[in-house]
Amino acid sequence: MSAARPSRGLASRIFSVDHKVIGIQYALTSLCFLFVGFSLMVVMRWQLAYPGEALPLGSLLGEDRAPAGVIAPEFYNQLAAMHGTIMVFLAVVPLLVGAFGNYLVPLMVGAPDMAFPRLNMASYWTYLAGGLVMLSGFLAPGGAAAAGWTSYPPLASIATMGQTLWLFGMLLIIISSLLGSLNIIVTIVQLRTEGLSFQRMPFFLWAQLVSAFLLLLAFPALQAASFLQLMDRLAGSSFFLPSGLVVGGEVLPQTGGGSPLLWQHLFWFLAHPEVYVLILPALGIVAEVITTHARAPFWRLRWAVGSTIGIGFFAFLVWAHHMFLTGMGTVISTFFQATTMIISIPSVIILSCLFMTLWGGRIRFPSSMLFALAFLPMFGIGGLTGLPLGLAAADLQLHDTYYVIGHFHYIVAPGTLFAVFAGIYHWFPKVTGRKLDERLGKMHFWPTLLLMNGVFFPMFIVGLAGVSRRLYDGGAGFAFAREVAPLNELMSLCAWGLGIAQVPFIFNLVLTLRRKKPEAAPANPWRATSLEWLAESPPQETNFPSAPVVVAGPYTYRADAVKAETELSAGEDPTEAADFTPQWSHVPVSEP
Amino acid sequence: MNWGLPPDWSTKGHEIDRLVGIVHWLVLALALFWLGFFLVALWRFRAGRASAVGRRPSQARWPLWVALALFVAEAGLLLFIEMPLWAERRELPPEDGSFVVRVVGEQFAWNFHYPGADGRFGLTDPMLIDAFNPVGLDLDDEAAADDLVTINQLHVPAGQRVLLWLGSKDVIHNFYLPYMRVKQDVVPGRFTPVWFTPAREGVSEIGCAQLCGLGHYRMRGQLTVEPLGAFTVWYEDERAYM
Repeated sequence: MSAARPSRGLASRIFSVDHKVIGIQYALTSLCFLFVGFSLMVVMRWQLAYPGEALPLGSLLGEDRAPAGVIAPEFYNQLAAMHGTIMVFLAVVPLLVGAFGNYLVPLMVGAPDMAFPRLNMASYWTYLAGGLVMLSGFLAPGGAAAAGWTSYPPLASIATMGQTLWLFGMLLIIISSLLGSLNIIVTIVQLRTEGLSFQRMPFFLWAQLVSAFLLLLAFPALQAASFLQLMDRLAGSSFFLPSGLVVGGEVLPQTGGGSPLLWQHLFWFLAHPEVYVLILPALGIVAEVITTHARAPFWRLRWAVGSTIGIGFFAFLVWAHHMFLTGMGTVISTFFQATTMIISIPSVIILSCLFMTLWGGRIRFPSSMLFALAFLPMFGIGGLTGLPLGLAAADLQLHDTYYVIGHFHYIVAPGTLFAVFAGIYHWFPKVTGRKLDERLGKMHFWPTLLLMNGVFFPMFIVGLAGVSRRLYDGGAGFAFAREVAPLNELMSLCAWGLGIAQVPFIFNLVLTLRRKKPEAAPANPWRATSLEWLAESPPQETNFPSAPVVVAGPYTYRADAVKAETELSAGEDPTEAADFTPQWSHVPVSEP
Repeated sequence: MNWGLPPDWSTKGHEIDRLVGIVHWLVLALALFWLGFFLVALWRFRAGRASAVGRRPSQARWPLWVALALFVAEAGLLLFIEMPLWAERRELPPEDGSFVVRVVGEQFAWNFHYPGADGRFGLTDPMLIDAFNPVGLDLDDEAAADDLVTINQLHVPAGQRVLLWLGSKDVIHNFYLPYMRVKQDVVPGRFTPVWFTPAREGVSEIGCAQLCGLGHYRMRGQLTVEPLGAFTVWYEDERAYM
């Protein structure tokens, strides 16, 4: 494998097949998309807080998008659709799978690289191309896709050219995702080093493995559906268009005979498993950080792994709970409610395991741990508010209201993104050889926690009051929504504040990388057990000098064996405190 | 500020509200239990607190029972409260005894087509649709003679069950009556039934709860529940305009 590597010129560093380089490329690109997705929301929140008032941006957005500075309704819909699409497909999943998965999976299995390094490179470049095609919609006549991230036909079928670019972009992103997930599966199954049996795999790898299966098996449904919608738009077919449609007084030329609901089934057959791809790797990250800093073994790892596999299975059987209000009968709705209730249990079990892990630990609170700990109740709120939505009759009132937005944002924003932050603080020393500044880390954490809740908690109140989502004026036009309308301004202020609260984080990244005399990180700065901490910080090109040998299960931490940090005498190396046993053998293995 | 659901003006809405309430109390109980556990664990087992040393991780099994208890509660809610409720909602009430109206959504208005005294809807044809005939009603059809078509104004006589047949001309809409606990996707290419019984007279709002384009936010209508006499006067007035 390494013999096939091109020599190290600039081009070979950019078009690298090294999983670490690709992981960093994924991380930087998806953080940029995260910023773009966030910026779209910043603009949207102005219109929601002050409907119909001119943006303080002047004519920056152009007369088409914001005549006289006031966001046009069609532009608002573009912002909303692209915010969702970018965040899910271009920011969060690529962060979890592309960045964390790529960088850490080979290290954690003790391999020199991914199973298919060239496919890996192809995966990244296809992703970047897909993202740029999708973003280019903003420059197209009529603007970007505006039919929501769900792109329901017939609305999407009759939309402007931006929707075509959305579909092309989606096809590329799906190809990228399939290549990446295949790679992760083969790497975990085939390239585990000697001694790393499935029973000894850290939870992070299980989460990545199950997520990769979800992507591999679910995305083809959307691949096919996107292609069919593209045909409806470009070739005059009617897969999703019924007969006799009259748009703006004109009868559509298509013959019809198709079904708009078919798209919804195909879309959600991907998009519900996708939701678990948004959360399982995050749970994986949090599990590593929490066990490390609680100095405690993962409480009942088998339960958690079994639950993860259970989620992976049931994730394919719950999709129609997004469609209760399409006119579903009692039998079908009961089936999908039952599967939804069933899938809530493994999630509760995994969360319980993480809470129980803390009990009896010796908990340290670096920035990574703060984010990982805050993830637990935030993900809990997001998960539990899914139950009212999962009961069809309760969904009748809550469906497509702000309650839904609050629910899934609690899972993905203070949930998954907190896990991403935890992971960045945790593995930054491994990737760069430098530790991030702890003071700046805490200045990042506390305002972020507060403001995240300020943005998303009021959404439950607004949603219960019945205000629909995706309204250009935030519901201000409805008399029944007027009571809760003032909350929109509060949410917007918190959202903008949330942007400012990320300044210490960006500062931290930049300052740490530019520091002349950095605090050099040892190979294992947190005294953790999994294999990536055996490699140097940053790891050499082949990750390990020779294939490591695993001699122990993960998470052999013993909180009871450690001296309290206050008890250490001056100069004593805390890594000598025997409160953990790494997975690898300390004895260099000689070739047979 | 309103911290709950919107007012309920229908005979069946309180059943939905009760389910929403119960499931929220359930998840709140679970959330508070684990939150309490979490905070106690963080406090008791923080590094530097000497008394924590020597404590071994718990080998308890009770978290599994907590999760299973949640499952039993969920299953109970589903089988004994949700299923009967949903089945009743989805079961089509008989047309006689119901006040029947056809609703046709379009970007960005609700058209209401009343069958009139004969109880029969006149034929419609998409080719006949124009600015003055939003549903394409065939005025030559004898069943159309006493029909009425209104835009964004749904009037119903009080004290009667209302059965709506929901259709759409163009894209998917969602017919939303917040005060009646009615929310139903309107899928083009078919008519979907939904019914409710108003419990009181009054004017409330109709919204669209499915993104339908740039005017989605202003796709608003008005539901007026009024005594039969007032309704008849309104109906004849409106017919005179047609």
